[in-house]
Amino acid sequence: MAIATKKKLVQWDPTEIKEELLKKYPPKVARKRAKQILINEAQENETPEIQANVRTIPGIITMRGCTYAGCKGVIMGPTRDIVNLVHGPIGCSFYAWLTRRNQTSAGPDGENYMTYCFSTDMQEQDIIFGGEKKLARAIQEAYDLFHPKSIAVFATCPVGLIGDDIHTVTKNMKEKFGDCNVYAFSCEGYKGVSQSAGHHIANNQVFRHIVGENDEVKPGKFKINLLGEYNIGGDGFEIDRIFKKCGITNIATFSGNSTYDQFASAHTADLNAVMCHRSINYVADMLETKYGIPWIKVNFIGANATAKSLRKIAQYFADKKLIDTVEKVIAEEMPEVEKISREVRTRTEGKTAMMFVGGSRAHHYQELFNEMGMKTISAGYEFAHRDDYEGRQVIPDLKVDADSRNIEELEVEADATRYNPRKSAKEMAALEKAGLKFKDYAGLLPDMAKDTLIIDDLNQYEAEKLVELMRPDIFCAGIKEKYSVQKLGIPMKQLHSYDSGGPYAGFKGAVNFYHEIDRLVNSRVWGYMQAPWQKNPQLSASYNWE
Amino acid sequence: MLLRHTPKEITERSGLTINPAKTCQPIGAMYAALGIHGCLPHSHGSQGCCAYHRSTLTRHYKEPISAATSSFTEGSSVFGGQANMMQAINNIFTVYDPEIIAAHTTCLSETIGDDLKQIKIKAEMEGKIPPGKEFISASTPSYAGSHVTGFSSMVRAMAEMAVPTGKKNGKVNIIPGWVEPADMEEIKRLANLIGIKHILFPDTSGVLNGPLSGEYKMFPDGGTTIAELKSTGDSIGTLALGEWCSADAARYLDTQHKVPCSILDMPFGLMATDRFIDALRTVAGKTVPDEISVERGQLVDMISDMHQYLYHKKVALVGDPDQLIAMTEFLVSIDMQPIHIVTGTPGKKFEKRIREITKDMDCEVKVKAKGDMFLLHQWIKNEPVDLIIGNTYCKYIARDEDLPFVRWGFPILDRQGHQYFPTVGYKGGLRLLEKILGVLMDRKDRDDPEEKFELVL
Ligand code: SF4
Ligand code: SF4
Repeated sequence: MAIATKKKLVQWDPTEIKEELLKKYPPKVARKRAKQILINEAQENETPEIQANVRTIPGIITMRGCTYAGCKGVIMGPTRDIVNLVHGPIGCSFYAWLTRRNQTSAGPDGENYMTYCFSTDMQEQDIIFGGEKKLARAIQEAYDLFHPKSIAVFATCPVGLIGDDIHTVTKNMKEKFGDCNVYAFSCEGYKGVSQSAGHHIANNQVFRHIVGENDEVKPGKFKINLLGEYNIGGDGFEIDRIFKKCGITNIATFSGNSTYDQFASAHTADLNAVMCHRSINYVADMLETKYGIPWIKVNFIGANATAKSLRKIAQYFADKKLIDTVEKVIAEEMPEVEKISREVRTRTEGKTAMMFVGGSRAHHYQELFNEMGMKTISAGYEFAHRDDYEGRQVIPDLKVDADSRNIEELEVEADATRYNPRKSAKEMAALEKAGLKFKDYAGLLPDMAKDTLIIDDLNQYEAEKLVELMRPDIFCAGIKEKYSVQKLGIPMKQLHSYDSGGPYAGFKGAVNFYHEIDRLVNSRVWGYMQAPWQKNPQLSASYNWE
Repeated sequence: MLLRHTPKEITERSGLTINPAKTCQPIGAMYAALGIHGCLPHSHGSQGCCAYHRSTLTRHYKEPISAATSSFTEGSSVFGGQANMMQAINNIFTVYDPEIIAAHTTCLSETIGDDLKQIKIKAEMEGKIPPGKEFISASTPSYAGSHVTGFSSMVRAMAEMAVPTGKKNGKVNIIPGWVEPADMEEIKRLANLIGIKHILFPDTSGVLNGPLSGEYKMFPDGGTTIAELKSTGDSIGTLALGEWCSADAARYLDTQHKVPCSILDMPFGLMATDRFIDALRTVAGKTVPDEISVERGQLVDMISDMHQYLYHKKVALVGDPDQLIAMTEFLVSIDMQPIHIVTGTPGKKFEKRIREITKDMDCEVKVKAKGDMFLLHQWIKNEPVDLIIGNTYCKYIARDEDLPFVRWGFPILDRQGHQYFPTVGYKGGLRLLEKILGVLMDRKDRDDPEEKFELVL
């Protein structure tokens, strides 16, 4: 009955909605949440800024995961030839086992540990007496069984508390083996306020222990690294297909379908293209400081965004042939994309979407919805920071609080022998002048319409309220939110790990996404919520047997 | 090959678990808690555990799974999480207004030494728990036991809610163990057919197999009510299905409130169901209605009809102890040969039970508690089987070894229907047989050369 009686709020007032969201909270919670809900470009905001990357409130059902999930699950999860060994009780390792839809191909070398789950399965006596010995045994056993190039060790919550020195254990094992790089991540779940802390811990260690290990010059022209692409549903495969067609060489993807050697060679690339700003922008900075590789922000979600990103890369290399090839590829790929978007638009035009995911996805996917003529009426990130909303210019003003202080900032300086600015200061200035912006990300806010609601760390209660009040045509978040939203009769698409399907990146991905959203918002199932006798409860006449 | 690095040769491992056949305690506690009407499960620890448990349960049941967390930070990890829990209780009752919070610990809060019983007393003293509302808790450290242990501990916490009035209620407590919502429904149907008044706890039917109607109920209609839980101490007896999942709670009611109990196997397959039905009619002093005898006869009929295809087929099994014990017995009873049996849950008793059940089989049986799926795969490489039965993770083994595979157990992440179609009872037995025969015959039809391909099988 909810459906029939509750009218869609077409002329909703964002201030009222905000009030409605906060109404039920205890005062302290309401005050805190108020700062994380922003009405875009509106005068009513007490401050123009949004609060982000702050603690989750105990008892409020959050969408967020933990630091370990960000480190092991997101960043290191898709590395295929590294044995990722979780040091802790069994659960943390079990849940991160193949549950993100990172696709992997074993490649010519045939090494692929993605399908395995490795754990020290700590027992009570390990918690009481320490787990270092068991960890050392586990590393040895993994080495003896598989002889991998590398073994990575991840700490879960109890490990930090009992004080196991995982870094010394791994260092000793590395020395003992000689031919296997072993290192550890102190990514205990409680370390930060969200997955974001885990991304940082992971990336720091990759930078410290792997990047720069292989100086061998890889064949190919126009060498780039793709940073912050995790090959969910094969996104990375599609992007690589396009790169190949354009003649762009992808040295390393951080970290979809990645290998140890890709990371080790990342410093030999000439440009870093950053997809997910949140999870990796600092690595781009470090690669620039240490090796002289500039970075630009790209986005391969959305066909137009893909074309734009390819043009940016070509512009950077300033090579006529590359520029021409890129144009040719775009010209080849776009007609199919446009054909489908035109067709789908007849059914999707004017529909509304909400997106609460990630550090970048709530921004990137608006491209695809725009291409289908759909409006994003509310969006927000699960674990982003203020710069992902407001743009990088706020970075100097970011407050360092007790939680962010926990996360190590690597001190990086120019490499004595390998620092090599890829472009001279003059060339960089010329490129900037021609419109190619380096180290630039303006964030989500500028791309959202006036009076839309931007909500950081949206929780289950607010999600349900928001959907009830604004009744979008589609809601996007993660698996935990999926079914509560759908029970309300609103289709829900997972944008972290995509429930099914993909890729959604690049040109082919755009087409897939158009079809998928068309399917979701126009599915007949949403019309079956009520049985005939619920629609017409009163028996008005006797049954006509004719 | 997806598990291409798994060698045939088996080596001793003492530090490394690979491809576990268990997960951690809290997820079991969370699942059990969802079987209480109006309950919000709460995970006392950092938020990641809760996110993982909710995600995994959601992927398996395809239903919303609400649960809150204490969201520990580094500070709470050092100084204890009491302040977080207090704040959480207040927020939960204000914002979500459940009838009851069922909290469990995690490795983190256990390692710190947080005591939820203590915290509850404090919360009560400070008036944080509104009148008429309940708070129960279970200690669920994952560095002991498995998800099954956590389930059992939360079920025991439910039993601890019993407040005997001294007057018998004429009901039988039935503790179903970690089975699907549809299984719980089927158990209730059988009990109703026999005409037994009962309290089933936990009961996730009506909670995790809910309808799609345009309305979201954070607390769905199903679940054992608090009133029912309080009256379990007045019941005439308890039937606990599964030693691992259900016995602890039943024994508690026995020793604490003198409610006698019988520990039975989970009613999967012919014989375990026979024993369950027999127990039901005995405790209630009723005759078994013909309807049930007919259902039994149908299962026997199907066993006889399929016997030629199933006879001496070798099976590898992985899952949880209570389920595996019943399944092994079922397979043996239909002349199949379960030869590799692994659970990740510890317990020597398990190996002993399996040995007893399989002792008359004329082939070697390998069984291991506290094992993992890597070992199971190695066993299969050394001695191939015709069929593998287990959770979704088995599909990697099944594909590599080209084995027919029946999904059964937890978690099932890539198929649907397990929430709706029971595998307990005689009807459930029919479904198991249908599934087993289906995959075996599909394989035959796929592999037979053209001249052997036949219409009638
Ligand atoms: S730390 Fe959390 S997820 Fe990991 S095993 Fe313990 S309770 Fe489970
Ligand atoms: S124990 Fe810690 S690391 Fe493991 S899932 Fe829980 S919060 Fe994350």
